[in-house]
Amino acid sequence: MSVENTQPQVGDDTQQKQVTLKIWRGDASGGKFVDYTLDYLDGEVVLDAVHRVQSEQAPDLGVRWNCKAGKCGSCSSEINGKPSLMCMTRMSTLDLEEPITVSPMRTFPIIKDLVTDVSFNFEVAKKIPALQPKPREKDGTYRMSQIDIDRGQEFRKCIECFLCQNVCHVIRDHEENKPNFAGPRFLMRIAELEMHPLDTLDRRRYAFDVMGVGYCNITKCCTEVCPEHIHITDNAIIPLKERVVDVRFDPVAWLGRTILRRPKPTSSEEVIKLTPAGRSANTPS
Amino acid sequence: MTTLNAEPDTPVPVGIEKNRVRGGPPRSEILRRDKWWAQPLAIFSGLLAFIVYATWAALRNGHFYAGNVGRDYLSPFYSPCLTNSCTSNGYVWGGWTWWRLSPAIPILIFPLSFRLSCYYYRKSYYRSFWLSPPSCAVPDAGSTKAKSPRNKYSGETKFPLIFQNIHRYTWYFAVIFAGILTFDAVAAFRFHNGIGMGLGTLIFVVNALLIWAYTLGCHSCRHLCGGGLRTFSSANSRHFIWKNFVSKLNEHHQLFAWLSLFWIAFADFYTWLVATGAIHDPRFF
Repeated sequence: MSVENTQPQVGDDTQQKQVTLKIWRGDASGGKFVDYTLDYLDGEVVLDAVHRVQSEQAPDLGVRWNCKAGKCGSCSSEINGKPSLMCMTRMSTLDLEEPITVSPMRTFPIIKDLVTDVSFNFEVAKKIPALQPKPREKDGTYRMSQIDIDRGQEFRKCIECFLCQNVCHVIRDHEENKPNFAGPRFLMRIAELEMHPLDTLDRRRYAFDVMGVGYCNITKCCTEVCPEHIHITDNAIIPLKERVVDVRFDPVAWLGRTILRRPKPTSSEEVIKLTPAGRSANTPS
Repeated sequence: MTTLNAEPDTPVPVGIEKNRVRGGPPRSEILRRDKWWAQPLAIFSGLLAFIVYATWAALRNGHFYAGNVGRDYLSPFYSPCLTNSCTSNGYVWGGWTWWRLSPAIPILIFPLSFRLSCYYYRKSYYRSFWLSPPSCAVPDAGSTKAKSPRNKYSGETKFPLIFQNIHRYTWYFAVIFAGILTFDAVAAFRFHNGIGMGLGTLIFVVNALLIWAYTLGCHSCRHLCGGGLRTFSSANSRHFIWKNFVSKLNEHHQLFAWLSLFWIAFADFYTWLVATGAIHDPRFF
């Protein structure tokens, strides 16, 4: 007499695999994780599964998304505690035997469910003076050599998902630093401008005094979570720190500038005048 | 510290408001499922093992030169040899008869300061010893407790960590020491009856190569050799060195940091074994 095996077999299509998503639900008044169980579908990313929860079980679920292609940076969240893009995290890469936690970015104020208020980043962006280009060539154009813009082009891959801002412990774990620390994305922006062949503004003192590059202790979490694989720490922040050393902490460099009568580094106050806030403050009313 | 928010007429932007309710569960709740603690634990163990060994090696003050058994092997912990124990065997350095402590102590200050302020090691010990943060998206030690002294974070903006900015000066000395260790590697080919090569010679040659690979891949070196320029098109040779040599080594800075650290200890241990007669150094030719 044979006993039938009732356990689901590998490749057995009759047994639909189930997955559980633990999604953070709530707003500024409070929140909790809520379990949603749904069928596992091959080839899905976490955002697909969250959308199915939204369409089938929780139509009021708040989730920000746009391109579903890792290019708009809207669907940043924390999947199993790791800052990630929902649209770039395949379900098949996760342990489906355990519930998958999906929570909002923990550095920014919550709006609803998975949606956070990332306006901190836009306020910081306003503190960075735009490109101050040198005069045009005689034929009215600007010219740049490729080797001069190679470094900056890596930084232009940034999709502003703000995962690096979210994971940076300087503001994630010490919120009091928010007014004094720009975060990796914007330190990278300053580094990009400092390496720009057409730019004429010296932002090195400003990077330390106002944007707080000294707060970074280069633990490289920004680089680890970047979905564009930009070497934020090695290619942007550390080079920026070294440039700051040139103007703040290196007496030999100071002596060299003095003897060779090189221009003095631009003060932070002068740079502030070129920011949008600084310009409006200096406009006569 | 100057901040835009300190401007009297500039309202505090909404995004930089502190203490708004943030997304997700409390930060004290670690949501990461992977073995996030494994890397800091491994680094902690590795660095601690080196500290223990280096302390013993630096304080033993004996059997650091294998001239007594006909080998010109000098432990890198004691190089350059400052005492008469080497000069009596024909070594070119030496003569510090007035020095009463272990000669390793004044020597090790230089490589120690180089490694302590190295951008890679900073990441390592900030994560594994200071737990700031222990891993990405894991809270800084003490940062979730309101009354913890670790609740404040100023990064590298204040004493003593602001001294990390002297890294380039420690690099200058590191280059000198790399030169000295290269001399030691060449000297290791010298035997009492002419030129030869033993297993120790090979160890010292590898030691010198690893030290150079680590020293020339340094982020400060990368800045000084060309990374600090705004444009490369007017400095082709510096760009060539920066791109094809220093940046290539810099990509593997972590690897060379560990290999060179291990190999220094190994070279010292081998010298000790040979000098004490515990093993016989095989000679290839």
